[in-house]
Amino acid sequence: MANWQWFHRLGSPKWLLGKLDRWTPWLLFAGLLLFGAASVWGLAFVPPDYKQGNSFRIIYIHVPFAVVSLAAYYAMAIAGAVGLIWRMKVADMAMRSIAPVGAAFTALALVTGAIWGKPTWGAYWVWQDARLTSMLVLFFLYMGVLALYDAYRERSSGSRAAALVALVGTVNVPIIYKSVDWWSSLHQPASIKFTEASTIDAQMLQPLLLAIVGCYLLFAALVIAQLRVQIVLGENRSQWLGDHAVNRTA
Amino acid sequence: MNAPVKARGPLLAILQRDLRVYSRGRSAWLNPLLFALLGITLFTLGLGPDRERVAADAAAVIWVVVLLGMMMSLDGLFKEDYVDGSLEQLLLMAGPVYFAVFGKVFAHWLVSAVPLVLASPLFALMLGVPLEHIPLLAFSLLIGSGILSFLGAVGAAVTVSLQSSGLLIALLILPLYVPVIIYGASLLQAAVEGWPYLAPLLMLCGLLSAVIVLAPLAIGVALKISLDS
Repeated sequence: MANWQWFHRLGSPKWLLGKLDRWTPWLLFAGLLLFGAASVWGLAFVPPDYKQGNSFRIIYIHVPFAVVSLAAYYAMAIAGAVGLIWRMKVADMAMRSIAPVGAAFTALALVTGAIWGKPTWGAYWVWQDARLTSMLVLFFLYMGVLALYDAYRERSSGSRAAALVALVGTVNVPIIYKSVDWWSSLHQPASIKFTEASTIDAQMLQPLLLAIVGCYLLFAALVIAQLRVQIVLGENRSQWLGDHAVNRTA
Repeated sequence: MNAPVKARGPLLAILQRDLRVYSRGRSAWLNPLLFALLGITLFTLGLGPDRERVAADAAAVIWVVVLLGMMMSLDGLFKEDYVDGSLEQLLLMAGPVYFAVFGKVFAHWLVSAVPLVLASPLFALMLGVPLEHIPLLAFSLLIGSGILSFLGAVGAAVTVSLQSSGLLIALLILPLYVPVIIYGASLLQAAVEGWPYLAPLLMLCGLLSAVIVLAPLAIGVALKISLDS
């Protein structure tokens, strides 16, 4: 039973805030370091692609943001489900923190994808492509969740409604993807495969993996920064929060 | 009261009650119809006098107009019951909410979507769709509008307690309508151009069955959340 203590502690905003205060600078530092190192590596030291030349280098920005923004949606939906089922306050706060960061990452993935599309496909935007269009739909799903928060006057109802909408969206994301895919795809097939050998050269792959890890860390740091704000907003009537603030400044 | 009828009871009762309420006024079935007619007229005027071009875009125009009309009529699906308190009674009822919710959505679909399906030959003629494809269009609209009703009802249930919910429903629900418009519109385009269209039709049927099973559960949860707030 003792092993589960950390999980129960996660449900306590007070314990969590104390930990998060200490984690944030480290995560931010590690994320910026890895992402920065991967960018320099990818932009300056990796040989150019035999077909795309130098324009492929945006992969070190585009792919990490795309990967993380998809994972973030599922993380948000899982946090929402936990909040909906067990009525955990911290889960609702986590969901509220992931939504804006995930939306921003999705927007970045879309913009960098469009910039990459111009030299590669000859067009900024290709509607027939499943990944582009479903990323756009993902962005709209994020915006719907964000809009729902603002619409409810009561925080807990807004969180539960948004959690439900996020879950419905989770079921729909693969269906939307498949439906657009059925149209016929222009996008290159995925290059990183877990089951067989990757079709991307190791020289190009290593900085990409580093950038993805860095992007995850950066995402975690931004979400945690948001989460601290959400805890303060949600617990602003608690005595412990005042004590916490006094202790930090002292 | 004998036990076997119990599961069927609420569905039929709600269906009967809602149909009676809808039959008292004509806005429930007339407004979506007028909206669709107006929408198609505007599209046709915007597309210009080139008849061939209008016909080529007909599938997309009809589906977008039907989709928007259905979405707007969904705003009122639970609103009146929420305001007068009968929604609360509905959820207090013994047994699963599934059947009651199903009855409400089904009644709304009968009143708002079936007239649109019946009028779809007129829409098709306005846009110059070849006559032989009209049965297919009507059938795919019949199935597609069911998906739109059940998915849209989730949005209506989530926003029922809010003051101004119209635009918010659109924001929540339109992304989920993407597969329906893709399969629905490309189905008709494929048929007009003489390609096989069975696959998208079956996809629509599959989506409808999935939505019938899953959506009432989500709607039930959403209504409970709305009543708590």
